[in-house]
Amino acid sequence: MESSSQLESFGRALVELGRERDDIVVLDPDVASSTKTIYFAESFPSRFIRVGISEQDMLGIASGLAAAGKTPIAVGFAMFIIGRGWEQIANSIARQRLDAKIVGTHAGLSPHADGESHQMYGDVALMRTVPNMRVVVPGDAPSAVEALRAALEYRGPVYLRLMRGSTPTVYCEDIEFEMGRANVLREGSDATVIANGIMLSRALTAAERLIGEGINVRVIDMHTIKPLDTGAIAKMAKETGAIVTAEEHSIIGGLGSAVAETLVEAIPTPMERIGIRDHFGESSRSYPELLAHVGLTPEAIAEAVRRVIERK
Amino acid sequence: MCGINAPIPISDAHLDDLRRIILKTVNKDQVLILSNIPRVPTSITSVLRNISRRYNVPLSTLRRNAQILKSMNLITYGEASDFSGVELTELGRFITELTAGEEPSLLGTMVQTVSGLRPLGTVLKGLRQRVLRMVAEAGSGHLGASLSVIDILAVLYFVKMRHDPSNPEWAERDRLVLSKGHAAPALYAVLAEAGYFPQEELVSLRRLGGLLQGHPEIQIPGVDASTGSLGQGLSIAVGMALAAKMDEAPHKVYAIIGDGELDEGQIWEAALTAGHHGLDNLVAIVDRNQFQLTGRTEEVKAMEPVGEKWKSFGWEVVEADGNDPPSILDALDVCELTGGKPSAIIAHTTKGKGVSFMEGNKFSKSIPDASELARALAELA
Repeated sequence: MESSSQLESFGRALVELGRERDDIVVLDPDVASSTKTIYFAESFPSRFIRVGISEQDMLGIASGLAAAGKTPIAVGFAMFIIGRGWEQIANSIARQRLDAKIVGTHAGLSPHADGESHQMYGDVALMRTVPNMRVVVPGDAPSAVEALRAALEYRGPVYLRLMRGSTPTVYCEDIEFEMGRANVLREGSDATVIANGIMLSRALTAAERLIGEGINVRVIDMHTIKPLDTGAIAKMAKETGAIVTAEEHSIIGGLGSAVAETLVEAIPTPMERIGIRDHFGESSRSYPELLAHVGLTPEAIAEAVRRVIERK
Repeated sequence: MCGINAPIPISDAHLDDLRRIILKTVNKDQVLILSNIPRVPTSITSVLRNISRRYNVPLSTLRRNAQILKSMNLITYGEASDFSGVELTELGRFITELTAGEEPSLLGTMVQTVSGLRPLGTVLKGLRQRVLRMVAEAGSGHLGASLSVIDILAVLYFVKMRHDPSNPEWAERDRLVLSKGHAAPALYAVLAEAGYFPQEELVSLRRLGGLLQGHPEIQIPGVDASTGSLGQGLSIAVGMALAAKMDEAPHKVYAIIGDGELDEGQIWEAALTAGHHGLDNLVAIVDRNQFQLTGRTEEVKAMEPVGEKWKSFGWEVVEADGNDPPSILDALDVCELTGGKPSAIIAHTTKGKGVSFMEGNKFSKSIPDASELARALAELA
């Protein structure tokens, strides 16, 4: 698989969108060179607000800008913008259903070298609990751009989760991206792997490997966790009878939880979850090495598929 | 400029009207300056120093007001102020004679309410009564904090701010963010009096399904921002002020902050941001009532010198008596003159202001029973 940087594509797309719409204002808590909003800053300095290292203030300012008719996009590291800013997002933005976009970069373990202070895998859980919020986790660079466009077309608060570094490209052709609608990336009838973020490409790799064992796995990109495509989940459960979720997030409160909640209420189905199993992260000089260390590998997904098929 | 086609009325009755109009235009300090300009040319600095000493008005306030008078062509003085005398212009002499012996009375000023033109002083008594009734009826709410801030809200909504109750979404309106959202009863009483929603709604405070939530919600006509979580309102106001700057829109943004709320770090993040961006369309008003939930602010977390803190963050700072409408209005007027900087008004207030047995005591956070309510309403009758 080819790979490219979500943030690089996101940063370039912001410039394009800035050209199309003059209501877009980008806010930066002093990380523009890392989040790639620096391109927007260079192109539209008057619509780029450097708030300094003040995530809480930034989110309040986004609220005021949105109330005044602007479309603010606040972009910061997921740990700080979501972790520190949760209450500002809830009280100053989502409660008023303001048209503000929140982008958390360096999500999951992607800031691998920085260690656990910077690694955020509770952000999806935190954002899911906020009424009015939409939560989107694109799996590669091209779909990150589509997710950004979709978020801007929607009027209301959206959390867009992006990762640092390069990501294997899953979508090679024109992407049909609709917030709240899952995409089927691969057909199969023995089990369904529902994944998003970096785990999407890993799920596809796992599916390839399982062919040799005579197991045909369907792979779903559940890029939107809220609103969740519950119809698709029920359909996959009915048609394949076994579900595996894979996410670069805590197994508490993320994609796996959301899918499990749906299955329990709609169509109880054997299910396995791949994710971070309730522990902090750590430093590693290599991202794949760290993912392997915490069990977020194609092999772990394949093993979960074997287990869940046994339980059918 | 166009000439006036209509004949200029100069009967005594018209002079009275003219006097009233002028007293709404020139403030108390400006009248003070006009009436104290000596007949012999004297340097502006020594004139203002004398007034400052005699009437105990800060020199900086007088300087700004002298500049306004000069720009209004009522007085003249040279740039090198110490060497040239200050004199009344012909127009200035006329205005000074007209306003001689008149104490401008803001409390007597007629303001537009939903029930027509009424004197501000009368309006304020009614607002306090309504706040008492609302909180007593709801059985909970922050009475003391509502009564300390209500004069500030009333001066803003009935005198200072450009807004239109018949068009709450008017794009050019001045904005107000009540960051100390627990004073919602005061805001609601003022908005209803201004005509944003029917007075009958006030009894719905904190009732399930009612319009008036415990803390301000943007869905309520006239409310510009949902607040209630302390520390967040100033950032919202900064965002609104930045948007106005981007659009080159002339409106102002006011944020009212509690003094206890200054404990929140986000306030100081926002203060830095506003100072950095030189947001002279933003005014923060600190309701300095000296109390927070569990005690005096200086005992919980010492905040003095409050004004110095704001100054060091790049703000122009004005002190005011936050329960005295003329003082509040003067401070707000002074803020308009500040170029290139945001302004902070440290409004010294009394918790529970207006009801003798509630001022600065436990009533600031408790609910009056029927007899206490009756006594309080009688005091405000």
